[in-house]
Amino acid sequence: MTTVLNVDSVSRSFGDRAVLKNVSFAVGGGKLTGFVGANGAGKTTTMRIILGVLAADSGEVTLGGKPLTREIRQRFGYMPEERGLYPKMTVHDQIVYLGRLHGLSSSAAEERTGKLLERLGLGERAGEKLEKLSLGNQQRAQVAAALVHDPEVLVLDEPFSGLDPIAVETMVEVLRDRAASGAPVLFSSHQLELVERLCDDLVIIADGGIRAAGDRATLRAQHAEPRYQMLVDTDAGWLRDQPGVELIDLDGARAVFTLDAGFDDQKVLLAALERGPVRSFGPVVPTLTEIFREVVR
Amino acid sequence: MSTYAAAKVVAAREIKVKLRDKTFLFSTAFFLLFSIAVTVLPAVFSGGPTSVAVADQTTATALQQADLEVRVVADDAAAEKLLRDGDVDAAVVSGPEVLGMSDTPTDVVRALSTAPPTRLLDPDAVDPFLAYIVPFALAFVFFFTSFLFGLQIAQSVTEEKQTRIVEILVASVPTRALLAGKVAALSLLAFVQVGLIAIVTLVGSRLAGLDSGVLRLLEPTIGWFVAFFVVGFVMLAALWAGVGAMASRPEELSSSSQPVQMAVMLPFFAVIFFGENDLVMRILSYVPISAPVAMPVRIFNGDAAVWEPIVALVVMAVTAAGLLAIGTRVYEGSLLRTNGRTSWATAWRSKAMS
Repeated sequence: MTTVLNVDSVSRSFGDRAVLKNVSFAVGGGKLTGFVGANGAGKTTTMRIILGVLAADSGEVTLGGKPLTREIRQRFGYMPEERGLYPKMTVHDQIVYLGRLHGLSSSAAEERTGKLLERLGLGERAGEKLEKLSLGNQQRAQVAAALVHDPEVLVLDEPFSGLDPIAVETMVEVLRDRAASGAPVLFSSHQLELVERLCDDLVIIADGGIRAAGDRATLRAQHAEPRYQMLVDTDAGWLRDQPGVELIDLDGARAVFTLDAGFDDQKVLLAALERGPVRSFGPVVPTLTEIFREVVR
Repeated sequence: MSTYAAAKVVAAREIKVKLRDKTFLFSTAFFLLFSIAVTVLPAVFSGGPTSVAVADQTTATALQQADLEVRVVADDAAAEKLLRDGDVDAAVVSGPEVLGMSDTPTDVVRALSTAPPTRLLDPDAVDPFLAYIVPFALAFVFFFTSFLFGLQIAQSVTEEKQTRIVEILVASVPTRALLAGKVAALSLLAFVQVGLIAIVTLVGSRLAGLDSGVLRLLEPTIGWFVAFFVVGFVMLAALWAGVGAMASRPEELSSSSQPVQMAVMLPFFAVIFFGENDLVMRILSYVPISAPVAMPVRIFNGDAAVWEPIVALVVMAVTAAGLLAIGTRVYEGSLLRTNGRTSWATAWRSKAMS
C-alpha cells in the first residue's frame, strides 16, 4: 500500500520576505523524489513545514488526504540540513533515545538500534561517544537517527552532502529500501548527477515557487526542446546556413543544434551525408542540469 | 505519544546524563560535607566536658554533680602532674585552689562557687552565633543550588541548540514536552540535593546534641525552607530554559542569562546585608524572588506569624505560574533561531510552532 504526501498551496514569509509562494507538489509513495533548487530557493523551509518544525502561513500538508497531526508526523523520518546529535552521548544511547521520542517502546528501540547500527557498519562503535567517531561515522549515526523508528515518510535535507563515496552508496541503498517498502521519500540535493541517477520524480523550486514537478521522463519531454548532436569528419559550419536548423554549439566537426517545430531531422542527415561521412547523428537526452537551467531561467 | 509520555522520556535522559556528570556529583558531595561540617564539627571541636583531677572526695562529688569529668587521685601532687601531662584540663588542690594551664577553667570555678540567682528575660532568643550562621547557610544553599541547577537547565538547552539536534527533537516531540522534561528532571535533582542537605543537617544537629530549644526552631525552619525552595526553583526554571534557548552558543549564555542570574543573586546579598533590619526582611520575605531565603530566616528568628509563610508561598506560586508561561513562550520563540543571540523582544513575538 502506498500513500501520497501532498504539499498543497503552502506559503510562508519571514517578515516582508516571501520565502514560499503557493507551493504545491506531491511525493508519491514508493518513489524517490528529488527536490532541487538553488540556495535560498525555499527547499529547507518547505521541508521544515512538512515536518511541522515551522508553521505555514497558509496552505497545508496532507498524507493520504489527511492533514498532518503530531501523531502522523511522529512516524516521519527527518534529517535536517544542519546535522547534529549529542556529542557526549554514546551512539547507541542517543539512537535509542530518539527511537523512544518517536514513540517506540524501550525494548523495540533497543532492538531497532542494534540492527540499524549493525547495518550501517557502526555495530562496533555503538558504545562510543559520538564525538570520538570519525566524521564519516558521525554521518552514519545521523542516518540512523532518521531511520530508527522505521519511518513511514522520509524527508532528508541534503542527505548526501559531506558523505564519502562509500557512505553515499549506503545512503542510496537505505533510500531505495525505504521507498521499496512503499514510503514516500523526499530528498533535496545540490548534486544533480546523483539526483538524476536516483530519482523517479523531480520537484524543481526557484524563488519560492515550484517551477516543475512530476516524473523525470515527462519533465524531460516538457521542459527541454529536443536537441541533436552530429559528428562528421570535416568542419560542420555549413549547418549555420541550413534552413530549419538552429545551431547551439559548434566545435569543429561536432555540432549540437535544435530543429524548427515539425522539421524532419532526416533531411539534415541527408544534407550531411552529401558533404561526407557522418560518424554519429541522433537526439541528445537532456541532462537534469540542462532541464534545471531551462526551467529555472 | 502524548506530551506527558514524551516529557518523561526527555526527563529520564536528562537525569541519566546528570548522574554521570562530575560537576553534579561533586556539588552534591560538597554540600553534604558542608552541612555535616556546619552542624557536627563545632560539637567535635568543643571536645566534650572539661576533665578535672582532684584528691579531695567532697570536692569530687561537687564537681561530678556539675557534669564534669572527674578523676580522683591520691594527692595534690598527682593531680598537678596529670594537669601538667595534659591528661586533664584542670585540677583542684587543697585550699581549695583551682589549677589550670593557661586559661582559667571557668566551669570548674563555677561548680565550686555559689552563683547569685539569675532570671532570663528572653529565654528563647537565638544564640548569636546561630543567629548569624543559619541565615547565611540558608541563603548560601538556596543561592548555590538554585544557581547551579538553573544554569544547568540553560546549558542543556543551549547545548541542544548548538549541536543542532534540537531540530530533530522538535520534529519528533512537542516543544513543550522538551521543556517540561528538562525542567522536571533538573528540578527533581535539585530537590533531592536540597532534601539530602536538609536531612543531613537535621540528623547532624541531633547527633551533635544541639540543645532542644535550637532544634525546636531549626526543624520548622528547614521544613519551610525545603517547601520554599521547591516553589522558588520551579518559579525560575522555565526562565532558565528560555534564556538558554536565546543563546545559540555557550559563550552567549552568560549575557542572555544575566537577568535570571540577578534574580538569584540579589536576594542572596539582600538577606546577608539586611538580615538585622526587620522591616526590610519583612518586605523581602514576601517578594517572590527573595522569599525562599528571607521567610525561613524570619521563621528561625521567631519573627513570622504562622500564616505568613503560607501567604508568601501563595504569592510565589502565582508568580511561578506567570513566569513559567513567560519562560515557555521565550523558549518556544527562540529555540529554532540559530543565527546568534535572540533578543527578548524577538523571542516574545516569534510565531509559536505547531
